[in-house]
Amino acid sequence: MSGQTYRPQSRFMKWFEARLPIVGFVYSDFLNYPTPRNLNYWWAYGGILTFMLVAQIVTGVVLAMHYTPTATAAFDSVEHIMRDVNYGWLLRYLHANGGSMFFLAVYIHMFRGLYYGSYKDPREVLWILGVIIYLLMMATAFMGYVLPWGQMSFWAATVITNLFTAIPLVGKSITQWLWGGYAVDNPTLVRFFSLHYLLPFMIFGVVILHIWALHVPGNNNPAGIDVKSDKDTLPFHPYMTVKDNFALVCFLILFAWLVFYIPNYLGHSDNYIPANPLQTPPHIVPEWYLLPFYAILRAIPHKLLGVIALFASIGVLVFVPWLDTSKVRSARFRPLYKQFFWILVICCIGLGYLGSKPPEGGYVIAARILTAYYFFHFLVILPLLGYVEKPRPLPASITEAVLKPRKA
Amino acid sequence: MATTSMAEPTRRDFLYIATATMGAVGAAATVWPLISQMNPDASVLALASSEVNLAPIEEGQIITIKWRGKPVFIFHRTKKTIDEARAVKSGDLPDPQPDEARVKKGHDQWLVLVGVCTHLGCVPLGHQGDYNGWFCPCHGSHYDSSGRIRKGPAPTNLEVPPYEFVSDTMIRIG
Repeated sequence: MSGQTYRPQSRFMKWFEARLPIVGFVYSDFLNYPTPRNLNYWWAYGGILTFMLVAQIVTGVVLAMHYTPTATAAFDSVEHIMRDVNYGWLLRYLHANGGSMFFLAVYIHMFRGLYYGSYKDPREVLWILGVIIYLLMMATAFMGYVLPWGQMSFWAATVITNLFTAIPLVGKSITQWLWGGYAVDNPTLVRFFSLHYLLPFMIFGVVILHIWALHVPGNNNPAGIDVKSDKDTLPFHPYMTVKDNFALVCFLILFAWLVFYIPNYLGHSDNYIPANPLQTPPHIVPEWYLLPFYAILRAIPHKLLGVIALFASIGVLVFVPWLDTSKVRSARFRPLYKQFFWILVICCIGLGYLGSKPPEGGYVIAARILTAYYFFHFLVILPLLGYVEKPRPLPASITEAVLKPRKA
Repeated sequence: MATTSMAEPTRRDFLYIATATMGAVGAAATVWPLISQMNPDASVLALASSEVNLAPIEEGQIITIKWRGKPVFIFHRTKKTIDEARAVKSGDLPDPQPDEARVKKGHDQWLVLVGVCTHLGCVPLGHQGDYNGWFCPCHGSHYDSSGRIRKGPAPTNLEVPPYEFVSDTMIRIG
């Protein structure tokens, strides 16, 4: 992938570029970077996610200027932010709902990758880096949720750290090491605050690797075929910058609606009760973006196996590039995969719904069926489809895919 | 570049391996304090025991006290409850243990338990569940009136903390 290269004009820029070629790097890797001309709006989420990461870091850094990370003062300091700090309510609602918007965008981004086969050769490492970012995001979101030190914070911290007690022999020692005590308490809160501040910068680092790994083979595209000539591409600026920015503005309308009209819709009222280590709320659930995994955990009636299933449901994503045996990338040309893709989407939403329900009766049975199907999709359907399915003919080039009307 | 035989280990190979080994030992020794600082500290360990007066606890009542930051249940059991717990054949239980092994001899009415579900650490609710003991609202584990797991995802019985009777109406936990 190579566009026009940057040629410094002034004497100063020639001198500077010879010493640090950063302008040339930005020019050829971002401004003039060639992108397939058929990218649709599902490709806008990379830019949206970058924006959300920066927004979370900026609001988080300023919130940390007013927050007190101790078990006795944390809850009150959050209320202090809400009531006393100038625009504190806005900053906290932006940060809390920003987490939800971040996950909404990452789920769309991941399903986009699954639909268009963006994980396939030569983009396997790009995909795996994405899975690592997703894991770091979950850890960061979980620790951030603990910081207000309300009832949901405390019991989320208790349940999640107790997952490690399932490890045979050393589980209990590891858990007490994580807690810094015999239960979730002040030491746990302080270290979670420290790590919650650290992890976003680690995410930032992996995002740079993710973009680097993207820029080696270049973008996949809705047709899932390789770029063959310069006619297949457009420079990133102005074409993609304008398109990405338009998508970002639409996305921010939804974000603003959440923040300004229903800022507590995605939260739990129990988290406005200060943490009480002697009483568990009658119905505890994680934030919406973790519900499918919570449903998988509860579907298995065995502690260790439940925890293994939970981690395996994320771990299986790493192997998707090799589990999918089809050579065709885009679901557009894979009539069977397209249907199974949508069944998987419904399965994940169904698991999310079941994760929010109490663990009894029909809900547990349904969660078991959907958990089994989730793994069946990745471990059986994906490998088999490559042999069974007859893909539709691929267009000769991206240009042809754009200019010739698609047959229904 | 001079060619050297790869088959015979040289003094230089020995130096490489010895240097790398010392480096690894040094790195491990440096990392150790960074890991160890996260373990429970001296102030947490110092709070490891509490005394409880049993006299005000009515028959049939469960009280909750805090020990090491965790809830501890003290259940003053009735004769009927004790008989119920002892009628169960312990071999049929998921984590077999007779009721006698979970109380102090001669103090059979006093059941002392760490009030933390052995599944994922929630606090079970007393006088509830299918076995007239505790029920964990988080993931649906049922414990009987001896605190033994009977149904649900929890793998083991509610833990009995280390405790002793200081007098007939006073215990020291921890």
